[in-house]
Amino acid sequence: MIAGAYAWEIRKLLHQWRTYLGLGAVVIVPLAFVVAYQVNPPKPGGEQDLIVQDYVLRSGFILPLIVLFYSSLVLLPAAAALVAGDIFAAEDQNRTLKTILTRSTGRGAIFAAKVLATATYVLTVVLAFAATGLVAGGLAYGFDAVPLPPTAIPPGEAALRVAGAFGLYALPLLAITALGLMLSAVGKNSAGAVFGTLTFAFLVQFVRFLPGLPSWLLTWTLTKPFDAWQTLIGRPIDTDAVTRAVGVSAVYVVVTLAIAWRHFTRRDVIG
Amino acid sequence: MRDQANGIVAVEVRRLRKEYGALVAVRDIDLTVHTGDVYGYLGPNGAGKTTSLRMMLGLIRPTSGEARLFGRNPAEVGVRALEGVAGFVEEPTFYPYLSGRANLEHMAALDGGTSADRIDDALDVVGLTTRDAEKVRGYSHGMRQRLGIAAALLREPKLLILDEPTTGLDPAGMRDMRELVGNLARSGLTVLLSSHLMQEVEHLCNRVAIIQRGTIQYEGALDALMARAHQRYRLESTNPTRALGIAQAFPGIADVTTDNAAIGFAADAEAAAAFTVELGRAGIGIYALLPQAQSLEELFLDMTETTRTSPPVETREVAA
Repeated sequence: MIAGAYAWEIRKLLHQWRTYLGLGAVVIVPLAFVVAYQVNPPKPGGEQDLIVQDYVLRSGFILPLIVLFYSSLVLLPAAAALVAGDIFAAEDQNRTLKTILTRSTGRGAIFAAKVLATATYVLTVVLAFAATGLVAGGLAYGFDAVPLPPTAIPPGEAALRVAGAFGLYALPLLAITALGLMLSAVGKNSAGAVFGTLTFAFLVQFVRFLPGLPSWLLTWTLTKPFDAWQTLIGRPIDTDAVTRAVGVSAVYVVVTLAIAWRHFTRRDVIG
Repeated sequence: MRDQANGIVAVEVRRLRKEYGALVAVRDIDLTVHTGDVYGYLGPNGAGKTTSLRMMLGLIRPTSGEARLFGRNPAEVGVRALEGVAGFVEEPTFYPYLSGRANLEHMAALDGGTSADRIDDALDVVGLTTRDAEKVRGYSHGMRQRLGIAAALLREPKLLILDEPTTGLDPAGMRDMRELVGNLARSGLTVLLSSHLMQEVEHLCNRVAIIQRGTIQYEGALDALMARAHQRYRLESTNPTRALGIAQAFPGIADVTTDNAAIGFAADAEAAAAFTVELGRAGIGIYALLPQAQSLEELFLDMTETTRTSPPVETREVAA
Protein backbone atom coordinates (compact mmCIF):
# COMPACT_ATOMS: atom_id res chain seq x y z
CA MET A 1 0.00 0.00 0.00
CA ILE A 2 2.86 2.41 0.76
CA ALA A 3 4.28 1.93 -2.75
CA GLY A 4 0.99 2.81 -4.42
CA ALA A 5 0.44 5.81 -2.17
CA TYR A 6 4.04 6.96 -2.69
CA ALA A 7 3.70 6.74 -6.47
CA TRP A 8 0.58 8.90 -6.28
CA GLU A 9 2.24 11.44 -4.00
CA ILE A 10 4.98 11.80 -6.60
CA ARG A 11 2.37 12.08 -9.34
CA LYS A 12 0.54 14.79 -7.42
CA LEU A 13 3.79 16.69 -6.91
CA LEU A 14 4.38 16.56 -10.64
CA HIS A 15 1.03 18.29 -11.18
CA GLN A 16 1.88 21.26 -8.97
CA TRP A 17 3.67 24.46 -9.95
CA ARG A 18 5.57 24.69 -6.67
CA THR A 19 7.46 21.52 -7.60
CA TYR A 20 8.75 23.08 -10.78
CA LEU A 21 9.49 26.40 -9.09
CA GLY A 22 12.08 24.72 -6.87
CA LEU A 23 13.46 22.46 -9.56
CA GLY A 24 13.61 25.29 -12.10
CA ALA A 25 15.47 27.55 -9.69
CA VAL A 26 18.17 25.00 -8.91
CA VAL A 27 18.80 24.49 -12.62
CA ILE A 28 18.82 28.18 -13.51
CA VAL A 29 21.05 29.43 -10.68
CA PRO A 30 24.22 27.48 -11.63
CA LEU A 31 23.76 28.52 -15.25
CA ALA A 32 23.41 32.12 -14.14
CA PHE A 33 26.71 31.85 -12.26
CA VAL A 34 28.45 30.55 -15.38
CA VAL A 35 27.09 33.43 -17.42
CA ALA A 36 28.10 35.92 -14.72
CA TYR A 37 31.64 34.53 -14.56
CA GLN A 38 31.88 34.61 -18.32
CA VAL A 39 30.80 38.24 -18.40
CA ASN A 40 32.79 39.29 -15.35
CA PRO A 41 35.53 36.75 -14.54
CA PRO A 42 36.97 36.86 -11.02
CA LYS A 43 40.44 38.29 -10.77
CA PRO A 44 42.85 36.12 -8.82
CA GLY A 45 43.84 37.97 -5.66
CA GLY A 46 40.88 40.29 -5.96
CA GLU A 47 38.22 40.94 -3.32
CA GLN A 48 36.39 37.59 -3.31
CA ASP A 49 34.03 36.13 -0.70
CA LEU A 50 35.66 32.77 -1.19
CA ILE A 51 39.26 31.87 -1.79
CA VAL A 52 38.19 29.13 -4.20
CA GLN A 53 36.71 31.78 -6.47
CA ASP A 54 40.28 32.47 -7.49
CA TYR A 55 40.29 29.03 -9.07
CA VAL A 56 36.83 28.88 -10.61
CA LEU A 57 38.16 29.45 -14.10
CA ARG A 58 40.73 26.67 -13.72
CA SER A 59 38.45 23.73 -12.94
CA GLY A 60 34.77 23.00 -13.46
CA PHE A 61 34.65 21.25 -10.07
CA ILE A 62 34.81 24.61 -8.31
CA LEU A 63 31.61 26.08 -9.76
CA PRO A 64 29.06 23.77 -8.03
CA LEU A 65 30.75 24.43 -4.69
CA ILE A 66 30.62 28.19 -5.13
CA VAL A 67 26.99 27.98 -6.19
CA LEU A 68 26.20 25.77 -3.18
CA PHE A 69 27.90 28.25 -0.85
CA TYR A 70 25.72 31.10 -2.08
CA SER A 71 22.52 29.07 -2.33
CA SER A 72 22.70 26.93 0.77
CA LEU A 73 21.23 29.58 3.03
CA VAL A 74 18.09 30.54 1.13
CA LEU A 75 17.48 28.88 -2.22
CA LEU A 76 17.56 25.22 -1.27
CA PRO A 77 15.74 25.63 2.08
CA ALA A 78 13.10 27.64 0.22
CA ALA A 79 12.67 24.93 -2.40
CA ALA A 80 12.36 22.30 0.33
CA ALA A 81 9.95 24.39 2.39
CA LEU A 82 7.63 24.97 -0.57
CA VAL A 83 6.87 21.27 -0.81
CA ALA A 84 7.34 20.10 2.77
CA GLY A 85 5.14 22.84 4.18
CA ASP A 86 2.37 22.07 1.75
CA ILE A 87 2.15 18.31 1.41
CA PHE A 88 0.05 17.62 4.51
CA ALA A 89 -1.63 21.00 4.86
CA ALA A 90 -2.86 20.95 1.25
CA GLU A 91 -4.97 17.90 2.08
CA ASP A 92 -6.71 19.94 4.75
CA GLN A 93 -7.07 22.99 2.55
CA ASN A 94 -8.44 20.96 -0.39
CA ARG A 95 -10.49 18.95 2.14
CA THR A 96 -9.21 15.78 0.49
CA LEU A 97 -7.90 14.18 3.67
CA LYS A 98 -11.27 12.60 4.41
CA THR A 99 -11.32 11.28 0.83
CA ILE A 100 -8.02 9.42 1.08
CA LEU A 101 -8.46 8.30 4.68
CA THR A 102 -11.65 6.42 3.87
CA ARG A 103 -9.94 4.10 1.39
CA SER A 104 -7.97 0.94 2.21
CA THR A 105 -4.60 2.58 2.90
CA GLY A 106 -4.04 3.36 6.55
CA ARG A 107 -2.93 6.65 8.01
CA GLY A 108 0.55 5.36 8.77
CA ALA A 109 1.09 4.31 5.15
CA ILE A 110 -0.17 7.64 3.83
CA PHE A 111 2.10 9.47 6.25
CA ALA A 112 5.08 7.40 5.13
CA ALA A 113 4.23 7.97 1.47
CA LYS A 114 4.13 11.74 1.93
CA VAL A 115 7.39 11.80 3.88
CA LEU A 116 9.14 9.63 1.29
CA ALA A 117 7.78 11.69 -1.61
CA THR A 118 8.99 14.91 0.01
CA ALA A 119 12.43 13.40 0.70
CA THR A 120 12.55 12.23 -2.91
CA TYR A 121 11.78 15.73 -4.10
CA VAL A 122 14.39 17.37 -1.83
CA LEU A 123 17.11 14.92 -2.82
CA THR A 124 16.14 15.40 -6.48
CA VAL A 125 16.53 19.15 -6.01
CA VAL A 126 19.98 18.71 -4.46
CA LEU A 127 20.98 16.25 -7.18
CA ALA A 128 19.73 18.54 -9.95
CA PHE A 129 21.57 21.44 -8.35
CA ALA A 130 24.81 19.50 -8.11
CA ALA A 131 24.50 17.98 -11.56
CA THR A 132 23.71 21.28 -13.24
CA GLY A 133 26.58 23.02 -11.47
CA LEU A 134 29.01 20.24 -12.27
CA VAL A 135 28.02 19.92 -15.92
CA ALA A 136 27.88 23.67 -16.47
CA GLY A 137 31.23 24.15 -14.68
CA GLY A 138 32.82 21.29 -16.57
CA LEU A 139 31.59 22.47 -19.93
CA ALA A 140 32.71 26.03 -19.23
CA TYR A 141 36.05 25.37 -17.55
CA GLY A 142 36.87 21.68 -18.04
CA PHE A 143 37.09 18.82 -15.56
CA ASP A 144 40.67 19.52 -14.57
CA ALA A 145 42.40 18.95 -11.26
CA VAL A 146 41.48 21.46 -8.57
CA PRO A 147 44.51 23.56 -7.72
CA LEU A 148 43.78 23.71 -4.02
CA PRO A 149 46.92 24.42 -2.01
CA PRO A 150 49.17 22.84 -1.04
CA THR A 151 48.64 20.28 -3.85
CA ALA A 152 46.13 19.88 -6.64
CA ILE A 153 43.21 17.55 -6.13
CA PRO A 154 42.94 15.15 -9.07
CA PRO A 155 39.64 15.08 -11.02
CA GLY A 156 38.45 11.73 -9.63
CA GLU A 157 38.94 12.79 -6.02
CA ALA A 158 37.47 16.20 -6.77
CA ALA A 159 34.33 14.61 -8.17
CA LEU A 160 34.02 12.48 -5.02
CA ARG A 161 34.53 15.49 -2.78
CA VAL A 162 31.89 17.49 -4.65
CA ALA A 163 29.43 14.60 -4.39
CA GLY A 164 30.25 14.20 -0.70
CA ALA A 165 29.81 17.93 -0.08
CA PHE A 166 26.35 17.95 -1.64
CA GLY A 167 25.47 14.72 0.16
CA LEU A 168 26.52 16.14 3.52
CA TYR A 169 24.68 19.38 2.81
CA ALA A 170 21.53 17.34 2.07
CA LEU A 171 21.37 16.06 5.67
CA PRO A 172 20.61 19.36 7.48
CA LEU A 173 18.42 20.24 4.51
CA LEU A 174 16.42 17.07 5.20
CA ALA A 175 16.27 18.14 8.85
CA ILE A 176 14.74 21.46 7.79
CA THR A 177 12.42 19.51 5.49
CA ALA A 178 11.28 17.31 8.36
CA LEU A 179 10.55 20.41 10.39
CA GLY A 180 8.45 21.69 7.47
CA LEU A 181 6.58 18.39 7.34
CA MET A 182 5.84 18.63 11.05
CA LEU A 183 4.54 22.20 10.72
CA SER A 184 2.44 21.13 7.74
CA ALA A 185 0.94 18.12 9.52
CA VAL A 186 0.32 19.82 12.82
CA GLY A 187 -0.53 23.35 11.65
CA LYS A 188 -2.72 22.29 8.70
CA ASN A 189 -1.93 25.60 7.01
CA SER A 190 0.24 25.52 3.91
CA ALA A 191 1.36 29.16 3.87
CA GLY A 192 2.01 29.12 7.60
CA ALA A 193 4.09 25.95 7.38
CA VAL A 194 6.16 27.25 4.44
CA PHE A 195 6.71 30.58 6.20
CA GLY A 196 7.56 28.87 9.48
CA THR A 197 10.09 26.59 7.81
CA LEU A 198 11.74 29.46 5.98
CA THR A 199 11.84 31.56 9.13
CA PHE A 200 13.61 28.75 10.94
CA ALA A 201 16.07 28.41 8.04
CA PHE A 202 16.83 32.13 8.26
CA LEU A 203 17.28 31.93 12.02
CA VAL A 204 19.73 29.08 11.55
CA GLN A 205 21.89 31.44 9.57
CA PHE A 206 21.18 34.52 11.68
CA VAL A 207 22.47 33.06 14.95
CA ARG A 208 25.95 32.72 13.52
CA PHE A 209 26.23 36.51 13.66
CA LEU A 210 25.36 36.70 17.35
CA PRO A 211 28.56 37.15 19.38
CA GLY A 212 29.53 34.78 22.12
CA LEU A 213 27.20 31.89 21.38
CA PRO A 214 28.62 28.55 22.53
CA SER A 215 29.64 26.05 19.92
CA TRP A 216 27.12 23.42 21.08
CA LEU A 217 24.28 25.87 20.53
CA LEU A 218 25.42 26.58 17.00
CA THR A 219 25.51 22.82 16.45
CA TRP A 220 21.98 22.25 17.75
CA THR A 221 20.54 25.18 15.82
CA LEU A 222 21.81 23.38 12.67
CA THR A 223 24.10 26.33 11.90
CA LYS A 224 27.28 24.26 12.04
CA PRO A 225 25.74 21.20 10.34
CA PHE A 226 24.79 23.48 7.44
CA ASP A 227 28.47 24.47 7.12
CA ALA A 228 29.89 20.98 7.59
CA TRP A 229 30.01 20.23 3.86
CA GLN A 230 32.80 22.79 3.47
CA THR A 231 35.22 20.58 5.34
CA LEU A 232 35.03 18.02 2.54
CA ILE A 233 36.75 20.40 0.14
CA GLY A 234 39.58 21.32 2.48
CA ARG A 235 42.50 19.65 4.06
CA PRO A 236 42.39 18.05 6.50
CA ILE A 237 38.77 16.89 6.62
CA ASP A 238 37.18 17.59 10.00
CA THR A 239 35.49 14.26 10.71
CA ASP A 240 34.00 15.56 13.96
CA ALA A 241 32.11 18.18 12.02
CA VAL A 242 30.83 15.52 9.66
CA THR A 243 29.74 13.28 12.54
CA ARG A 244 27.99 16.15 14.30
CA ALA A 245 26.15 17.10 11.09
CA VAL A 246 24.94 13.54 10.61
CA GLY A 247 23.92 13.08 14.24
CA VAL A 248 22.15 16.40 14.78
CA SER A 249 20.33 16.15 11.45
CA ALA A 250 19.16 12.65 12.37
CA VAL A 251 17.86 13.87 15.74
CA TYR A 252 15.91 16.67 14.02
CA VAL A 253 14.42 14.24 11.51
CA VAL A 254 13.43 11.64 14.09
CA VAL A 255 11.94 14.06 16.61
CA THR A 256 9.98 16.20 14.17
CA LEU A 257 8.66 13.24 12.19
CA ALA A 258 7.66 11.46 15.39
CA ILE A 259 5.61 14.48 16.43
CA ALA A 260 4.08 14.75 12.96
CA TRP A 261 3.31 11.02 12.83
CA ARG A 262 1.65 11.00 16.21
CA HIS A 263 -0.50 13.96 15.29
CA PHE A 264 -1.42 12.73 11.83
CA THR A 265 -2.35 9.21 12.88
CA ARG A 266 -4.46 10.31 15.85
CA ARG A 267 -6.10 13.52 14.74
CA ASP A 268 -9.77 14.08 14.08
CA VAL A 269 -10.53 14.88 10.45
CA ILE A 270 -13.22 17.50 10.74
CA GLY A 271 -13.03 19.73 7.66
CA MET B 1 -24.27 -8.60 16.58
CA ARG B 2 -25.99 -10.65 13.90
CA ASP B 3 -28.88 -9.64 11.73
CA GLN B 4 -31.47 -12.40 12.04
CA ALA B 5 -32.45 -12.19 8.40
CA ASN B 6 -29.22 -11.35 6.62
CA GLY B 7 -26.24 -12.19 8.78
CA ILE B 8 -23.96 -9.56 10.35
CA VAL B 9 -25.47 -6.16 11.03
CA ALA B 10 -24.10 -3.55 8.63
CA VAL B 11 -23.81 -0.70 11.12
CA GLU B 12 -24.05 -1.02 14.85
CA VAL B 13 -23.56 2.10 16.93
CA ARG B 14 -23.67 1.86 20.69
CA ARG B 15 -23.48 4.71 23.21
CA LEU B 16 -21.47 6.75 20.72
CA ARG B 17 -20.46 10.12 22.10
CA LYS B 18 -18.30 13.00 20.92
CA GLU B 19 -17.41 16.00 23.01
CA TYR B 20 -15.50 19.09 21.94
CA GLY B 21 -14.64 20.68 25.27
CA ALA B 22 -17.93 21.57 26.88
CA LEU B 23 -19.89 20.97 23.67
CA VAL B 24 -21.49 17.57 23.29
CA ALA B 25 -21.86 17.10 19.52
CA VAL B 26 -23.15 13.52 19.72
CA ARG B 27 -24.74 12.26 22.91
CA ASP B 28 -24.57 8.50 23.53
CA ILE B 29 -26.46 7.48 20.41
CA ASP B 30 -27.49 3.97 19.37
CA LEU B 31 -28.16 3.06 15.74
CA THR B 32 -28.61 -0.22 13.93
CA VAL B 33 -28.55 -0.57 10.15
CA HIS B 34 -29.43 -4.06 8.96
CA THR B 35 -28.03 -5.47 5.76
CA GLY B 36 -30.35 -4.60 2.90
CA ASP B 37 -31.69 -1.50 4.62
CA VAL B 38 -31.97 1.83 2.92
CA TYR B 39 -31.60 3.76 6.10
CA GLY B 40 -32.41 7.43 6.36
CA TYR B 41 -30.47 9.42 8.90
CA LEU B 42 -32.36 12.63 9.45
CA GLY B 43 -31.64 15.75 11.36
CA PRO B 44 -31.40 19.50 10.92
CA ASN B 45 -28.06 21.11 10.20
CA GLY B 46 -25.80 20.87 13.21
CA ALA B 47 -27.76 18.02 14.78
CA GLY B 48 -24.76 15.69 14.84
CA LYS B 49 -25.33 13.65 11.68
CA THR B 50 -21.99 14.33 10.02
CA THR B 51 -20.01 14.03 13.26
CA SER B 52 -21.51 10.61 13.93
CA LEU B 53 -20.90 9.51 10.32
CA ARG B 54 -17.27 10.63 10.61
CA MET B 55 -16.92 8.50 13.73
CA MET B 56 -18.41 5.54 11.89
CA LEU B 57 -15.83 5.99 9.11
CA GLY B 58 -12.92 6.39 11.52
CA LEU B 59 -12.27 10.03 10.68
CA ILE B 60 -13.05 11.18 14.21
CA ARG B 61 -12.24 9.34 17.42
CA PRO B 62 -15.25 8.94 19.69
CA THR B 63 -15.05 10.30 23.20
CA SER B 64 -16.80 7.11 24.29
CA GLY B 65 -18.91 4.34 22.83
CA GLU B 66 -18.28 2.52 19.61
CA ALA B 67 -19.36 2.17 15.98
CA ARG B 68 -18.99 -1.14 14.20
CA LEU B 69 -19.24 -1.70 10.46
CA PHE B 70 -19.96 -5.34 9.73
CA GLY B 71 -18.68 -6.06 13.22
CA ARG B 72 -15.42 -4.10 12.92
CA ASN B 73 -14.65 -0.95 14.88
CA PRO B 74 -12.60 1.67 12.96
CA ALA B 75 -11.28 3.08 16.24
CA GLU B 76 -9.72 -0.33 16.90
CA VAL B 77 -8.68 -1.66 13.48
CA GLY B 78 -8.43 1.51 11.37
CA VAL B 79 -9.23 1.26 7.68
CA ARG B 80 -9.65 -2.52 7.91
CA ALA B 81 -13.07 -1.70 9.34
CA LEU B 82 -13.96 -0.07 6.03
CA GLU B 83 -13.73 -3.27 4.01
CA GLY B 84 -16.94 -3.44 2.00
CA VAL B 85 -17.81 0.13 2.97
CA ALA B 86 -17.68 3.25 0.84
CA GLY B 87 -19.19 6.69 0.71
CA PHE B 88 -18.50 10.25 1.66
CA VAL B 89 -19.22 12.77 4.36
CA GLU B 90 -20.35 16.27 3.49
CA GLU B 91 -19.56 16.89 -0.16
CA PRO B 92 -17.08 14.56 -1.86
CA THR B 93 -13.74 16.26 -2.43
CA PHE B 94 -11.04 15.58 -4.99
CA TYR B 95 -7.74 16.97 -6.21
CA PRO B 96 -8.71 19.92 -8.41
CA TYR B 97 -5.56 19.72 -10.53
CA LEU B 98 -6.21 16.09 -11.52
CA SER B 99 -8.80 14.87 -14.00
CA GLY B 100 -11.86 12.98 -12.86
CA ARG B 101 -10.36 9.73 -14.12
CA ALA B 102 -6.98 10.42 -12.51
CA ASN B 103 -8.73 11.04 -9.21
CA LEU B 104 -10.47 7.69 -9.52
CA GLU B 105 -7.17 6.02 -10.40
CA HIS B 106 -5.69 7.59 -7.28
CA MET B 107 -8.53 6.27 -5.13
CA ALA B 108 -8.20 2.85 -6.73
CA ALA B 109 -4.47 2.80 -5.98
CA LEU B 110 -5.22 3.54 -2.33
CA ASP B 111 -7.57 0.55 -2.38
CA GLY B 112 -4.81 -1.67 -3.69
CA GLY B 113 -5.42 -1.10 -7.39
CA THR B 114 -8.20 -1.89 -9.80
CA SER B 115 -8.65 -2.40 -13.52
CA ALA B 116 -9.33 0.39 -15.99
CA ASP B 117 -12.55 -1.43 -16.88
CA ARG B 118 -13.86 -1.01 -13.37
CA ILE B 119 -13.16 2.73 -13.53
CA ASP B 120 -14.94 2.85 -16.88
CA ASP B 121 -17.93 1.08 -15.34
CA ALA B 122 -18.08 3.45 -12.37
CA LEU B 123 -17.87 6.49 -14.65
CA ASP B 124 -20.61 5.00 -16.80
CA VAL B 125 -22.93 4.41 -13.84
CA VAL B 126 -22.70 8.06 -12.79
CA GLY B 127 -22.79 9.44 -16.31
CA LEU B 128 -19.32 10.99 -16.38
CA THR B 129 -17.75 8.92 -19.15
CA THR B 130 -17.50 11.81 -21.58
CA ARG B 131 -16.10 14.24 -18.97
CA ASP B 132 -13.53 11.97 -17.34
CA ALA B 133 -10.48 13.69 -18.85
CA GLU B 134 -11.41 17.14 -17.58
CA LYS B 135 -9.75 18.49 -14.47
CA VAL B 136 -12.00 18.36 -11.42
CA ARG B 137 -11.52 22.09 -10.83
CA GLY B 138 -13.81 22.58 -13.84
CA TYR B 139 -16.51 20.21 -12.57
CA SER B 140 -19.88 21.49 -11.40
CA HIS B 141 -21.07 20.64 -7.91
CA GLY B 142 -23.34 17.95 -9.31
CA MET B 143 -20.52 16.36 -11.28
CA ARG B 144 -18.38 16.23 -8.14
CA GLN B 145 -21.23 14.57 -6.26
CA ARG B 146 -21.49 11.96 -9.01
CA LEU B 147 -17.72 11.49 -9.05
CA GLY B 148 -18.00 10.86 -5.32
CA ILE B 149 -20.48 8.06 -6.00
CA ALA B 150 -18.16 6.67 -8.69
CA ALA B 151 -15.23 6.69 -6.24
CA ALA B 152 -17.39 4.82 -3.77
CA LEU B 153 -18.48 2.24 -6.34
CA LEU B 154 -14.85 1.40 -7.13
CA ARG B 155 -14.70 -0.32 -3.76
CA GLU B 156 -17.57 -2.65 -4.72
CA PRO B 157 -19.20 -1.80 -1.41
CA LYS B 158 -21.81 -3.75 0.48
CA LEU B 159 -22.56 -0.63 2.51
CA LEU B 160 -22.78 2.83 1.00
CA ILE B 161 -22.67 5.79 3.39
CA LEU B 162 -23.84 9.00 1.78
CA ASP B 163 -23.99 12.30 3.61
CA GLU B 164 -26.52 14.64 2.03
CA PRO B 165 -25.73 13.63 -1.56
CA THR B 166 -28.26 16.06 -3.04
CA THR B 167 -27.15 19.14 -1.14
CA GLY B 168 -26.39 22.01 -3.44
CA LEU B 169 -27.83 20.36 -6.54
CA ASP B 170 -30.41 21.98 -8.77
CA PRO B 171 -33.80 20.24 -9.06
CA ALA B 172 -32.75 18.17 -12.07
CA GLY B 173 -29.51 17.20 -10.33
CA MET B 174 -31.44 16.21 -7.21
CA ARG B 175 -33.78 14.06 -9.27
CA ASP B 176 -30.85 12.38 -11.02
CA MET B 177 -29.06 11.74 -7.73
CA ARG B 178 -32.22 10.29 -6.17
CA GLU B 179 -32.60 7.98 -9.15
CA LEU B 180 -28.97 6.95 -8.90
CA VAL B 181 -29.17 6.19 -5.19
CA GLY B 182 -32.50 4.42 -5.73
CA ASN B 183 -30.98 2.23 -8.44
CA LEU B 184 -28.03 1.36 -6.19
CA ALA B 185 -30.36 0.48 -3.34
CA ARG B 186 -32.47 -1.71 -5.60
CA SER B 187 -29.30 -3.49 -6.70
CA GLY B 188 -28.99 -4.83 -3.16
CA LEU B 189 -26.61 -2.37 -1.54
CA THR B 190 -27.19 -1.40 2.05
CA VAL B 191 -27.42 2.38 2.07
CA LEU B 192 -27.04 4.76 5.00
CA LEU B 193 -28.33 8.04 3.68
CA SER B 194 -27.94 11.16 5.76
CA SER B 195 -30.26 13.93 4.74
CA HIS B 196 -32.45 16.76 5.83
CA LEU B 197 -34.58 16.42 2.69
CA MET B 198 -37.65 14.49 3.74
CA GLN B 199 -38.89 13.83 0.24
CA GLU B 200 -35.84 11.82 -0.75
CA VAL B 201 -35.87 9.87 2.49
CA GLU B 202 -39.60 9.14 2.20
CA HIS B 203 -39.02 8.04 -1.37
CA LEU B 204 -35.98 5.83 -0.77
CA CYS B 205 -35.76 4.56 2.79
CA ASN B 206 -37.33 1.72 4.72
CA ARG B 207 -35.88 2.63 8.10
CA VAL B 208 -34.96 5.96 9.63
CA ALA B 209 -33.33 7.59 12.60
CA ILE B 210 -33.98 11.17 13.57
CA ILE B 211 -31.29 13.03 15.45
CA GLN B 212 -31.61 16.40 17.10
CA ARG B 213 -28.99 18.18 19.20
CA GLY B 214 -26.85 15.07 19.25
CA THR B 215 -29.62 12.82 20.55
CA ILE B 216 -31.61 10.18 18.67
CA GLN B 217 -35.30 11.08 18.77
CA TYR B 218 -36.55 8.08 16.84
CA GLU B 219 -35.12 4.97 15.30
CA GLY B 220 -37.15 2.34 13.52
CA ALA B 221 -39.19 1.51 10.47
CA LEU B 222 -40.34 4.40 8.34
CA ASP B 223 -43.77 2.78 8.10
CA ALA B 224 -44.07 2.70 11.88
CA LEU B 225 -43.15 6.35 12.05
CA MET B 226 -45.63 7.25 9.34
CA ALA B 227 -48.33 5.18 11.06
CA ARG B 228 -48.11 7.57 13.97
CA ALA B 229 -49.11 10.29 11.61
CA HIS B 230 -52.38 8.55 10.82
CA GLN B 231 -53.58 8.67 14.37
CA ARG B 232 -55.28 11.97 13.77
CA TYR B 233 -58.71 12.21 12.10
CA ARG B 234 -61.04 14.77 10.56
CA LEU B 235 -64.76 14.12 11.04
CA GLU B 236 -67.47 15.68 8.89
CA SER B 237 -70.93 15.00 10.32
CA THR B 238 -74.56 16.13 10.26
CA ASN B 239 -74.11 17.92 13.59
CA PRO B 240 -70.58 19.14 14.23
CA THR B 241 -71.50 20.96 17.43
CA ARG B 242 -72.92 17.88 19.15
CA ALA B 243 -70.18 15.72 17.74
CA LEU B 244 -67.65 18.08 19.32
CA GLY B 245 -69.30 17.74 22.71
CA ILE B 246 -69.33 13.94 22.49
CA ALA B 247 -65.71 13.86 21.32
CA GLN B 248 -64.48 15.99 24.20
CA ALA B 249 -65.94 13.54 26.71
CA PHE B 250 -65.24 10.30 24.88
CA PRO B 251 -62.50 8.03 26.26
CA GLY B 252 -59.53 7.57 23.92
CA ILE B 253 -60.23 10.79 22.00
CA ALA B 254 -57.75 13.61 22.53
CA ASP B 255 -56.60 16.92 21.18
CA VAL B 256 -60.02 17.82 19.79
CA THR B 257 -60.19 20.82 17.48
CA THR B 258 -62.99 22.26 15.41
CA ASP B 259 -63.79 24.51 12.55
CA ASN B 260 -67.24 25.35 11.25
CA ALA B 261 -67.71 22.23 9.19
CA ALA B 262 -65.77 19.51 10.95
CA ILE B 263 -63.91 18.42 14.03
CA GLY B 264 -60.42 17.05 14.29
CA PHE B 265 -59.13 14.69 16.94
CA ALA B 266 -56.37 12.29 17.80
CA ALA B 267 -57.20 8.66 18.57
CA ASP B 268 -56.08 5.15 17.88
CA ALA B 269 -58.06 3.06 15.40
CA GLU B 270 -60.19 1.31 18.06
CA ALA B 271 -61.15 4.52 19.83
CA ALA B 272 -62.04 6.15 16.50
CA ALA B 273 -64.29 3.21 15.59
CA ALA B 274 -66.01 3.26 18.99
CA PHE B 275 -66.52 6.99 18.62
CA THR B 276 -68.36 6.52 15.31
CA VAL B 277 -70.70 3.98 16.98
CA GLU B 278 -71.41 6.50 19.73
CA LEU B 279 -72.19 9.15 17.13
CA GLY B 280 -74.64 6.72 15.48
CA ARG B 281 -76.35 6.08 18.81
CA ALA B 282 -76.69 9.84 19.24
CA GLY B 283 -78.35 10.10 15.82
CA ILE B 284 -75.47 11.95 14.21
CA GLY B 285 -74.78 10.98 10.63
CA ILE B 286 -71.19 10.74 9.38
CA TYR B 287 -70.34 12.21 6.01
CA ALA B 288 -66.65 11.34 6.26
CA LEU B 289 -63.99 10.18 8.72
CA LEU B 290 -60.65 10.97 7.18
CA PRO B 291 -57.23 9.96 8.55
CA GLN B 292 -55.07 13.05 8.45
CA ALA B 293 -51.82 11.95 6.85
CA GLN B 294 -48.96 14.01 8.20
CA SER B 295 -46.01 14.13 5.90
CA LEU B 296 -42.65 12.89 7.09
CA GLU B 297 -41.55 16.49 6.99
CA GLU B 298 -44.30 17.51 9.41
CA LEU B 299 -43.41 14.61 11.69
CA PHE B 300 -39.77 15.56 11.50
CA LEU B 301 -40.51 19.17 12.33
CA ASP B 302 -42.75 18.11 15.21
CA MET B 303 -39.96 16.03 16.66
CA THR B 304 -37.05 18.34 16.06
CA GLU B 305 -38.69 21.68 16.78
CA THR B 306 -40.19 20.41 20.02
CA THR B 307 -36.78 19.41 21.23
CA ARG B 308 -35.28 22.76 20.43
CA THR B 309 -37.03 24.22 23.49
CA SER B 310 -37.39 21.18 25.70
CA PRO B 311 -35.20 18.27 26.73
CA PRO B 312 -35.25 15.36 24.29
CA VAL B 313 -37.78 12.66 24.98
CA GLU B 314 -36.77 9.07 24.34
CA THR B 315 -39.24 7.80 21.78
CA ARG B 316 -37.04 5.20 20.20
CA GLU B 317 -38.81 2.21 18.85
CA VAL B 318 -37.09 -1.04 19.68
CA ALA B 319 -35.39 -2.21 16.50
CA ALA B 320 -36.58 -5.44 15.03
